[in-house]
Amino acid sequence: MAKRVGIEVSLAISEAVKQAKVDAIAAYPITPQTHIVEHLSELVADAELDAAFIPVESEHSAMSVCAGTAAAGARTYTATSSQGLALMNEILYIIPALRLPIVMTIANRALSGPISIWNDHSDIMGARDTGWIAIFAENGQEAYDLTLQSFKIAEDHRVLLPISVNIDGFTLSHVIEPHEFIDQQEVDAFLPEYKPAVQLNPDQPVSMGMVGIPEVYAEAKKCQDEVLKNSEAVVKEVFREFGEKFGRHYQVVESYRAEGAETLLLTMGSVSETAMEAIDRLQDVEKRSVGLVRLRLWRPFPSADLLKAVTGCKTLAVLDRAVSFGSPGGPVASEVRSTLYGVDGAPYIASFIAGLGGRDITIADFISIVDQAESMAESNENHQYKMIGVRE
Amino acid sequence: MENLNVFAAKLAPQQEFLAGGHRACQGCAELLAVRLVAKTLGHDYIIANATGCLEIVTSSYPHSAWKVPWIHVAFENAAAVASGVEAAVKVLQRKGRYPVDRKITIVAQAGDGGTVDIGLQALSGALERGHDMIYICYDNEAYMNTGIQRSSSTPYGATTTTSPAGKADPLGQHTMKKNIVEIAAAHNIPYVATASPSYPFDLMNKVKKAAETPGPAYIHCFVPCPTGWRMAPNLAVSIGRIAVESKVFPLYEIENGEYRMTVTHKKHRPVIDYLKPQGRFRHLNEAQINQIQEQVDKSYERLLKKVKMSELELD
Repeated sequence: MAKRVGIEVSLAISEAVKQAKVDAIAAYPITPQTHIVEHLSELVADAELDAAFIPVESEHSAMSVCAGTAAAGARTYTATSSQGLALMNEILYIIPALRLPIVMTIANRALSGPISIWNDHSDIMGARDTGWIAIFAENGQEAYDLTLQSFKIAEDHRVLLPISVNIDGFTLSHVIEPHEFIDQQEVDAFLPEYKPAVQLNPDQPVSMGMVGIPEVYAEAKKCQDEVLKNSEAVVKEVFREFGEKFGRHYQVVESYRAEGAETLLLTMGSVSETAMEAIDRLQDVEKRSVGLVRLRLWRPFPSADLLKAVTGCKTLAVLDRAVSFGSPGGPVASEVRSTLYGVDGAPYIASFIAGLGGRDITIADFISIVDQAESMAESNENHQYKMIGVRE
Repeated sequence: MENLNVFAAKLAPQQEFLAGGHRACQGCAELLAVRLVAKTLGHDYIIANATGCLEIVTSSYPHSAWKVPWIHVAFENAAAVASGVEAAVKVLQRKGRYPVDRKITIVAQAGDGGTVDIGLQALSGALERGHDMIYICYDNEAYMNTGIQRSSSTPYGATTTTSPAGKADPLGQHTMKKNIVEIAAAHNIPYVATASPSYPFDLMNKVKKAAETPGPAYIHCFVPCPTGWRMAPNLAVSIGRIAVESKVFPLYEIENGEYRMTVTHKKHRPVIDYLKPQGRFRHLNEAQINQIQEQVDKSYERLLKKVKMSELELD
C-alpha cells in the first residue's frame, strides 16, 4: 500500500477518476465542484489521462453529452452541485432508464433561494427519485475509494445504472486530508476495462430511448426499480472485494459504538465524523448509552440493513440536512419511519433538521439532539420534525 | 454520387436505412427528407434524435424504423447527445476500443422547436465546440407533434393553435421567422446549408458535403407538413418547390463563410402562389399578403447581396 499523501479531497477524487481511466468527461463549472473537473482537464491536457474532456455550455448539456458518450461505449464521468444538479434533473431520470453507467460526484450544496454556495443535502434530495444509485462519503479517503468502486458497481452487467458519489461541498471538497492512493496496477486489476452491454455501433444497430406506449411503460418502470433494488447486492459485493484487496471496509449502513445502545443517532455524510466525537463524549464522559448509525447507501434504500442496525434501541434520532417542504419529516427520517412502521419493538423516531446552507453542526448540537430525542421519546411526543439551531 | 445533379433518380442509392411502415402522417415531407438523408449517409452513421414527430413516428417500442444506430434522450439536447457520441467514438477509436474503425458520421436531428427554441443553447454549444457532426433541422414551422403550436420558426401571418387569427387579432403569428441559418453561420462553422426534399439531389449533395466536411455542419431542411399547414397531403412536394420558386425558402449554402445559391430561377413566382394552397394563411387579406411579399423580397435581396459579396471575394 502506498504512503499517505496530504491532498485536497477534490484532487483525490480526480486522481480516482484518472486511475479509473475514464474515456469521457463532460462538465460545467459550479462551486464547489469545480476543483475536481479543473484538475481533470489539467490531467487530460498533460496527457496523464487519455480522455475526451468536453467543456459544455450547461449542466443540462453536461448530462446529455454524458448520455451520448456512455451510449457510444465510453466510461463516463461528470461532477456537479446544487443548481447544476437541478438543471440536469430532466436528464437524470432518463440515464437509468437507458441503463447508462455514468459516475457523477455531487459536491452537495444548498439550493437557491436564497442563493447559497454552502453545504447541505437539498440538491441530492431533489434528485432522490431519479433512479440513480446514491452513495455518501464521510471523508476524503472514502470519497477516493468510493469513486473507484462506483465505476465497478455501475458497470456490472447486473446493474448498468448511474451512480452519484455525494461529498459535502467545502466541508470535504475544499479541505486537504491525508489519502492513501492505490497503485495503478492494483486499480487496473480491481477495475477492468469497461465492456458495454450495448453500444451505438453501425455494425450492430440498436434504437435507444424509444417511445413507451401504455402497454409497455409500466413494465419498463418495474424492471428499472427491480434492477435498482437488486444493485444493493452488487454494491455489497464490490465493497467486500475492495475491503479484501485494500483493507478498507465499507458497509451500506455503518455503525459506530452502537451495540446495545438505548439511543441511536442516524446521520449521512461528513457530519458523521462530528457525530462520532459526540458519541465518544456521551459514552466516555457522560456514561450514556448512545451510539451512531450512518447511512452510506441512500439509494437503493438499504431497509434490511437499517432495520438490523437499529433493532433494540429505544430512541432513534435522525438528522436531515434538507427540508422536504410540506412533508411530515426530513427526507431521511421519512424513509426511516416508513422502514420501521409496524415493526415490533420499533424505536421512537425523532426527526431533526440541521446544517442547512452551510450552518455548522457542532458536537454540542448533537448532544442537544440526543437530549431532546430522549425526552421526546419519554413523553412520546407527536411531532413532524425539529429544526436545530434556528433563530425564531 | 459525385455530382447528384447530373444523375437520374434511379441512380440514387437503392438501399434504405429508414424502414417503411412508420407512423408519419400522409404526405409528411419530413420523412421524405429523412429517407433521402439516410440513403445519402448509408450504413456508417449514428443518429441522436430530439423528441418530436420524427422520434415518435419512428420509434414506438417495440417497432423501430431505424436500420442505423439511433438514440433519443430528450427534446432540447440532440446536439449535446450527438456531441457526446462524436467525442466518444473518436476517443474509443483512438484507443482501439471501438468495434468499428471506419469513419462514422454523427448526425443530430430535430424539428424546428427542438432547434430554434428549446434546443438553441445545446445547438450553439455543440457548434461552438467544433464537434465533427451534422446537425439537421427538419423545419415544419410549428410544434406539429403537440398539435400545431407556434414556434419562433413559424412564419409571419400563419395561424397556429397558439397564434390563432381571431376577431381581435386577425393576423395570426406576429413575429418574423427566426433566421436560424444565420445564427448557425455566426458560429463560423465550415458548412451551413438550406435544403428541401422537393429538390432531392440538391439535398443529398448537401448532406454528402456536410458529412465530408471536418467539423460541424448545419443543414436547415424545409419540410412541409400537410396536417399543420392545413393543405392536401399530395401538395407536400409541390409546395416545397413553390417555396423555393417564390423566394420564401431559397436554397443556398455557406461554405467557410462564402454564400452560394444552389438553386436559382430566372423568374420568381409571387408569394400568393405559395400562401394560397395553405389553410394556415387562408385568413390573410390583400394588404397582409402584399406585406409578406415585401418581406420576402427584402430578405431575398439581402441574401443575394451576401452571395455577390462572396463572389467578389472568391474572384
